Amino acid sequence: MTGGSHAAQAGIQGQAAKSGQPVIVAHDLTVGYGSFVLMREVNFEVGRGEIFFIMGGSGCGKSTLLRVLMGLKEPQQGSVTFLGRPFWPGSLADRYVARRRSGVLFQGGALWSSMTLAENVALPLEQYTSLSPAEIRSQARLKLALTGLAGFEDYYPSEISGGMRKRAGLARALALDPAVLFLDEPSAGLDPVSSRLLDDLILELRKSLGTTFVIVSHELASIYAIADTCIFLDAATRLMTARGNPHALLEAPDTNEAALRFLTRGEGRDKVLAQGMH
Amino acid sequence: MYFVSFPVTAGEKLRGKLSSACPVLVNLGTLQGVFMTAHSTGRKDEALSPQEQAAESGANALQANPLSKGPEGPAALVLAQEGEVVRVTLSGAWSLEGTLPSQDMQRALALLGKKGVGRVEIGVRDLGAWDSSLLAFVVDMRFLADKRGLGCDLFLPEAMQELLRLAFAVKSREGSGRDKKKLGFLESLGAAALAFPARLSDVLEFVGDIALALARLVRGKSAMRGKDFLAALYECSVSSLGIVAITNLLFGLILAFVGSVQLISFGAQIYVAGLVGIGMLRVMGAVMVGVVMSGRVGAAYAALIGTMQVNEEVDALETMGIPPVDFLVLPRLLALTLMIPLLTVVADLMGMVGGFLVGISILDLTPAQYIQSTINMVNYRHGLVGLWYATSFGMVIAFFGCYHGMRCSRSAQGVGRATTTAVVHSLVGIIVTTAIITIICNVLNI
Repeated sequence: MTGGSHAAQAGIQGQAAKSGQPVIVAHDLTVGYGSFVLMREVNFEVGRGEIFFIMGGSGCGKSTLLRVLMGLKEPQQGSVTFLGRPFWPGSLADRYVARRRSGVLFQGGALWSSMTLAENVALPLEQYTSLSPAEIRSQARLKLALTGLAGFEDYYPSEISGGMRKRAGLARALALDPAVLFLDEPSAGLDPVSSRLLDDLILELRKSLGTTFVIVSHELASIYAIADTCIFLDAATRLMTARGNPHALLEAPDTNEAALRFLTRGEGRDKVLAQGMH
Repeated sequence: MYFVSFPVTAGEKLRGKLSSACPVLVNLGTLQGVFMTAHSTGRKDEALSPQEQAAESGANALQANPLSKGPEGPAALVLAQEGEVVRVTLSGAWSLEGTLPSQDMQRALALLGKKGVGRVEIGVRDLGAWDSSLLAFVVDMRFLADKRGLGCDLFLPEAMQELLRLAFAVKSREGSGRDKKKLGFLESLGAAALAFPARLSDVLEFVGDIALALARLVRGKSAMRGKDFLAALYECSVSSLGIVAITNLLFGLILAFVGSVQLISFGAQIYVAGLVGIGMLRVMGAVMVGVVMSGRVGAAYAALIGTMQVNEEVDALETMGIPPVDFLVLPRLLALTLMIPLLTVVADLMGMVGGFLVGISILDLTPAQYIQSTINMVNYRHGLVGLWYATSFGMVIAFFGCYHGMRCSRSAQGVGRATTTAVVHSLVGIIVTTAIITIICNVLNI
């Protein structure tokens, strides 16, 4: 996929959407396990309606950083604010308020296996809204249709493919029209058409509902197509070594070498720019 | 709920009063002024609704509930029918967390099923902030219109149209829908009966797989690893010894107590030693070990192998040419079949110790009397029959644990179901096996 108008459009929208108070502010974060540090001195802001990608090689701590932002793991150091409220450090109540405003798509979908797809999507609606059962059913059908699963409402997760499970996980993440959506490797396991539809859905949700997206992904096609901002986590230095629009990073002369290698699939900036591979 | 008809001229007077939450039936002309002003705020919209045109043409009756209070007002919809065209106008702020005009939404959906309706038009007027609560209703209307073969025209904001395009981008796959019909008792019985041959065939196939795996083991071509076998031996022997010893000690105590209630009234408490000894050695020790092991080890086998199925570990074995039965089932089956008889020996001894404790402490028997009485009454053949029971139980428990693990569906729920079913089938298997061996022993006079 070439960047083209798709990316340009995303960039313009992103700039427009970035105005106002940041949705997430990460300050001087250190993340890791036990005494082991995966990443340190991570600083960034995610603006309202922004599509924000976290990139990096395998094992650099992308998913761990995402877990910190989702409130599932405490950072070793630093702070996170969510919609202007303290998140880390913060009270459990603050984090619950934030979680109510966010949706998460896990790598494998993480659907509840004892429930049908419609029931999976309906559960947060039952918990947090006063919609009638018929309205909840309609919501579930809509969210599943938006993710390309119309007609599969009564299937169990074990009866559908891995890609479909992932899409159903996204439908569940969308259940409450969250302000922020965290997506962990959303395109992995999807066919190219589904992956493109997912990109379109992300852009449309941002455009129509003002949803903010924080996405961990290796998919360069998606990154170039829809990212407003991306950060690059470097496993070698354990630092965030690049931050900015992926197209701008590709063209900037001072972009970190590891980030550039990632953005060009190791093929070199000149070749990528010449062939319009971004 | 009540309905009031207003003449066109009265409409203007009542315009300010129409914010009542009660549904009212009015002439479309009365609403013309109400819907004349379009607002646009943020992601709100300004698309013209078809109602305005309908108002101008003086359509028939329409239903409004509640009337729009502008973009910041509550979610509302106006329903109108002109000839075969149903017009729906949406207004106000629609939010999942707010109150939706549920009754009107249901009424609109119901109207599409009525005779004489050929087309539906959905538009917005004074629409405020909206989210998927509005979108879901529009999707429902369009689904229903499509299903009934009605035309559906949407006059909606661009952003909403785009989301709808995505919602309908992937058509519902043919045949993907589920028939939700619930089977009656007789139908369920019939379905179970019809499924039985296939189920039995599957069980027999698994038995055949085990037989082939044993043949490979005998020929020295099995993929079973020695250390897996040792680990399985440890799990179902040393790890289970404590629980088996305690339960059987207590069971021996109970048996002695219950037996002594009647025997003591005849002064025959000395026979408690024989009762406990024969009971434990012949069947009860083995049954108790079987029950404990089906819960402790059979369930663990089903859960472990089932989880391996979920994680595709079993598939990985097959793709590498390693028979999963050799690798996973055989070590566990052999270990449990070998170890349950040994555990039963321990269980028998502990049961007799329990009886002994009751005998010397409550029944006024001396230790020597109790031991001598046990030696006199208990024959070694009882012990051998007990070991026969135990060996059979070991095979039954390992078989059902591994079978349900291997046939586990690929979900957390499947693992839970496999575990429960393995335990239930093991317990039923123990009882059935006990009955069969008891009958055989009776026939052979053993």
